[in-house]
Amino acid sequence: MAAPIVPARRKPKGKVTLAHGGGGKAMRDLVEGVFVDAFGMGGAPLEDQARLVPPEALLSGGRLAMTTDGFVVDPLFFPGGDIGKLAVWGTVNDLAVGGAVPHWLSVSMIIEEGLDIEVLERVAHSMREAADLAGVRIVTGDTKVVARGGADKLFVTTAGVGVIPAGRDLGAHLVQPGDVAIVNGYLGRHGAAILAARGEMMLETAIESDCAPLNGLMEAVLSAAPGTRCARDATRGGLASLLNEVAAASGTGFAIEEARLPLEAEIRGFCEVLGFDPLYLANEGRLAVFVPPGEAEAALAAMRDHEHGREAAVIGQVTEGPAGRVVMNTAFGGSRIVDMLVGDQLPRIC
Amino acid sequence: MKYIDEFRDPALAKNLFRRIESLVGPAGGTKEKPLQIMEICGGHTHAIFRYGLDKLVPAELEFVHGPGCPVCVLPMSRVDDCIEIAARDNVIFCTFGDAMRVPGTRKSLMQAKAEGCDIRMVYSPLDALELARRNPDRDVVFFGLGFETTMPATAVTIRKAAADGQTNFSVFCNHILVPPPLRALLSDPQMRLDGFVGPGHVSMIIGTEPYRFIAEEFGKPLVVAGFEPLDLLQAIVMVLQQLAEGRAEIENQYARVVPANGNPHAMAAIEAVYEPRSSFDWRGLGEIDRSGVKIRGEYAAYDAEVKFGVGYGAGKAAGREPEGCRCGDVVKGLIKPPACPKFGGECVPERPLGALMVSSEGACAAYYQYGGTRREEAA
Repeated sequence: MAAPIVPARRKPKGKVTLAHGGGGKAMRDLVEGVFVDAFGMGGAPLEDQARLVPPEALLSGGRLAMTTDGFVVDPLFFPGGDIGKLAVWGTVNDLAVGGAVPHWLSVSMIIEEGLDIEVLERVAHSMREAADLAGVRIVTGDTKVVARGGADKLFVTTAGVGVIPAGRDLGAHLVQPGDVAIVNGYLGRHGAAILAARGEMMLETAIESDCAPLNGLMEAVLSAAPGTRCARDATRGGLASLLNEVAAASGTGFAIEEARLPLEAEIRGFCEVLGFDPLYLANEGRLAVFVPPGEAEAALAAMRDHEHGREAAVIGQVTEGPAGRVVMNTAFGGSRIVDMLVGDQLPRIC
Repeated sequence: MKYIDEFRDPALAKNLFRRIESLVGPAGGTKEKPLQIMEICGGHTHAIFRYGLDKLVPAELEFVHGPGCPVCVLPMSRVDDCIEIAARDNVIFCTFGDAMRVPGTRKSLMQAKAEGCDIRMVYSPLDALELARRNPDRDVVFFGLGFETTMPATAVTIRKAAADGQTNFSVFCNHILVPPPLRALLSDPQMRLDGFVGPGHVSMIIGTEPYRFIAEEFGKPLVVAGFEPLDLLQAIVMVLQQLAEGRAEIENQYARVVPANGNPHAMAAIEAVYEPRSSFDWRGLGEIDRSGVKIRGEYAAYDAEVKFGVGYGAGKAAGREPEGCRCGDVVKGLIKPPACPKFGGECVPERPLGALMVSSEGACAAYYQYGGTRREEAA
């Protein structure tokens, strides 16, 4: 009996063509040469699905948590990160803020014909690095190529599965008046970095995205403050949207102190020039936790001890209401409502 | 932030609030009939709400939010004209982002974009000119919008396009002037304003001279102010001082930016490129004599009204405001936004019915976004 013929794998070069999505040899070269290598899936034979061994925490009464998120950021690479890091950490963070320990990720790539394969390799390696830093594994994936104009360069969708250990329960509905709101660092960096990187503003800044995996930080907070009621990451719509969502879901109000918001001079200057409000700028490595007053100090200390929480700050308190209303006491001695963002944040004209 | 934080110092603000409190009585304000001070500029309206100044001043004083938000006073028919131009084959229509959500008779530019018009947001008219350079086979139109503040930039861009022979570039001119609507407001028999806070950025271009009629003909004080909270508070102190002393003068709180004679270079560019229209329609205020400008015949090749045959016609501009919408009364200071029956119900920032709800500088949007009592008041 003859041994099966295994053709030598060729490392793909140049640009992605429709053939790379066609299901034939070119696609196999792309998948094996770029993704399998980068994600470290080699070794075991590739099947159409990942086969996973349940972790101990699941067997001892834990719950599975699952989430998915699509990433379409433009530009693909920006100061402080790239679409790959966002795709991995975004999903990791969505699991982490629910109290889950993230384990596995799937990756689906929609690639526009004509993208440099070298770009794809950079993204794939960045994803691997991001996964390693967050302690998760990319276990399955899919690749599609669409004709020029059918997508913009590269869209990445990740799904993630994690385990919420037994006895852990976080949710906005648990937030109560008197609870303390803490954020883990400077606000608005991601949004400002992306806007600056697009070059439309013709501003030169050194602002880098804050994108970071928050699962380690969440574990640190939860062990220091086991009574933590709720955590959310502040992504699109910024901290303002996060606070409004939690206030609405919990039927409470919030009183935020403007003077306590962690804001850097660069971000304040950027917003001042362009007419943005940093409360609405996107973040990719920022979360807010709501903890009972007795645990606030411990939660804050745990954050500040963590590399992704050095500039953590208490920003305000949960109030009786009116339900769903977020009020900010301005540094100036006045107060104003902080509402949800309407549409996109656009610079003013006069 | 250096040079900014100094103008937001809460301790200095306390002093100014104390002076406002001591001056408001002698200036003639009572709880029953508060003094009405109009901040003309939308930037001031935004700052008042952002810092909560409206709730920090004594009850004997109230702010009336003026017509100085260019997208708020843009008539619906002009938005319709924009969409008509944007829908032409081969057109790239460029606009400041603020104008995207302004409702036209049937739709906004945002909706037209979703339906397939090539509409792009730019940050400067020069960006639109650059688009024209990069797309020689397309017609690029810039939506020229705003008061004297943005007029010079549009003028300079038109002159640059003319100098470069960039014939696939034109401007749909809707620039408007600050002094004419003030005259119209002051001539309204229902008007009961006591004084004005004048716009900082507009005055940086036109200086303080064009406001003289407000003091001389109508006997009202006006103080040009900057945009930081301390600027505004100081300007209010200056207005109150005038009222208390029975004076009516044009004063300048914003001297660090505004020279008395404005910016002669910018004024020369305005003079060279535009001429006044006999009248222009203001949303909520109606037609106001010589309150808008058009592009001079010399630059007709860069005038989108000429190029696309969508001239400004009086019949076309007749106000077709949504029924029950009271933007006009708000702009005149006759009512506060929550007194409008549409406020907070049918008219909210995500679905603006009236223009004042569109821009963050519109009085209604500012009230809705920052106003501490909007829901109760709206109920």
